[in-house]
Amino acid sequence: MVFFENFRIAFGALRANLMRSILTTLGIIIGVAAVIAVVSIVQGLQYTITQQLQGVGATFMLVQAKTERNFPGMVARQVKLTYEDGQAIEQKVPGVKMLTPTIFGRATLKYKDRKHTPAAIVGVNENWQDVQNQSVDQGRFFSKIDLENRHKVVVVGTKVVEELNLGPEPLGKEIYLDVYPATIIGIMEHKGQSLGLDADDLAFVPFDSALNLFGRNAGDQVQLRLHADSADVVEPVKDSITRLLRQRHRIPPAEPDDFQIQTQDEILDTVNTILGSITAVVGGIVGIALLVGGIGIMNIMLVSVTERTREIGVRKAVGARRQDVLIQFLIEAVTLSLVGGAIGLALGYGLGVATAKLIPNFPPAHVPVWAVLLAIGFSAVVGIFFGIYPAAKASRLDPIEALRYE
Amino acid sequence: MGLIELRDIHKVYDMGAEKVRALNGVDLVVERGEYVAIMGSSGSGKSTLMNLVGCLDTPSSGSYVLNGVAVQELDDSQLAGIRNKEIGFVFQTFNLLARTDALHNVELPLIYAGLSRGERRERARRALEKVGLGSRMHHQPNELSGGQRQRVAIARALVNDPSILLADEPTGNLDSATSEEIMALFDELHQAGNTVVLVTHEPDIAEHAWRKVLLKDGKVVSDQPTARATTGAAAASVPVS
Repeated sequence: MVFFENFRIAFGALRANLMRSILTTLGIIIGVAAVIAVVSIVQGLQYTITQQLQGVGATFMLVQAKTERNFPGMVARQVKLTYEDGQAIEQKVPGVKMLTPTIFGRATLKYKDRKHTPAAIVGVNENWQDVQNQSVDQGRFFSKIDLENRHKVVVVGTKVVEELNLGPEPLGKEIYLDVYPATIIGIMEHKGQSLGLDADDLAFVPFDSALNLFGRNAGDQVQLRLHADSADVVEPVKDSITRLLRQRHRIPPAEPDDFQIQTQDEILDTVNTILGSITAVVGGIVGIALLVGGIGIMNIMLVSVTERTREIGVRKAVGARRQDVLIQFLIEAVTLSLVGGAIGLALGYGLGVATAKLIPNFPPAHVPVWAVLLAIGFSAVVGIFFGIYPAAKASRLDPIEALRYE
Repeated sequence: MGLIELRDIHKVYDMGAEKVRALNGVDLVVERGEYVAIMGSSGSGKSTLMNLVGCLDTPSSGSYVLNGVAVQELDDSQLAGIRNKEIGFVFQTFNLLARTDALHNVELPLIYAGLSRGERRERARRALEKVGLGSRMHHQPNELSGGQRQRVAIARALVNDPSILLADEPTGNLDSATSEEIMALFDELHQAGNTVVLVTHEPDIAEHAWRKVLLKDGKVVSDQPTARATTGAAAASVPVS
């Protein structure tokens, strides 16, 4: 009964000094708004990336050469992962459904007098569409026949069509990749941006063409993208590939792998780790804001206790015990910081949504429940932590002195 | 047994180098239903005595039994409980909470008594009606005159049915006409059966009481009935207005 009465008293006191209360809680407002804004944006990103990766499927695996620099002074062994490794995996590892080697490089595309250097030229085989769960919107992707007969073909993204001014019917037009001519046979579906890479600003060429374009050495550092038959066999397939590649690369038993195999789960983990550290850094900054905000609350509560010395005296005279006064002022401090937290929450969410809207192709902001609870919880903790000293001071006032206070 | 029993009360303030003896062996017994004025010049120890009687302070030595409870044995929060239940304070400066209407001010002791909101409201309303402020319940202190504020304070003192009404210079901040009204209210409350202890330095205010205790240098130097008591209960029962 007395406990709930305290909230009424607290709101009354805060309303009586409205401007002062708002200014006091500004630190908390800013701190909470910052954390919610960042979390909402990061969570939006994470959500979108997770969706995209899961679109690729749980059976997806990525094999890459691992460039180790663990032993300074040692001559780094030439780390290779080649198309032939890929072929060996396809032939010898049971449970591999489809595989495409992938190399990335850059080249300038030309059509008539237009030039454009896309984000990447990607050399792949006919399995790309199925491996990446990505398909052409117009025309077709290249086939096994195109690859075997070394057809000069290219599949481009929508951004490339725009940049080269290819018009409404780009299919069949001949463009140049540096000096090599190629015919456009397909346009990829619109994907949008992810992880800073514009998925529409790409051009796909048959793997061999890419080797011609980037030089033979490019074939030493190939990515292998593949799918296992089912999610259940991902681990055994991974083990088999490891054994096969160690054998092919002649790695002695004590040496570490010179390649790494990432499953979809592991890639997700990596992404989450990166986004997690962004959140942690921001969390640190926010911690400082909350600290400053808390000191502000302590300051104003000390002022309030002094101003209301007589009130405390009267309350004690009519029967308030120490703990009644303590709880009253503690609740006032907590209410102050919780109101700040709530305002900060609304502000931060608004900020996150606005930011996500302003940046084109950015995923929508998303505030998870834990962030809301965390913000509220933190505000309350700050209120208690910084409110306890002024409240204790109020509770220890001698009623006779307090009643005499002018 | 008296309602208030003070036995050989000493109160010494330690002011560093010197010790100030505010009370120096006070014996005082007040029976239930009495109307006592405690008088004395400033420095006589009457404020200290008032604080002790009101359980805001404890004696350095001696015993104080209030309504059968040995007060000097109690700790801080037990003292708060006694103040809540047994004592109704009326101060010279009213000490109402600002920006809080009369009803809420009067409710205050009942909050700490742990009463439900509805019951608090009801009892506060009745107390305000008793002091003649039934129509001013939702006025804040700054919307009330000095006399009305003191009435609110008296209602607050009464609301939890205390054993003693303890008034410290209740008319010190009021003009003489309003002082008379407030004293008339105290007379009425006494007649209704309340025990009233009045601390004052004004002789004509003290004459409202039935018994006058004079303090000097921390000791009781005289304790006698007032003129009003000697002229008999008949005179006192005449309504004062």
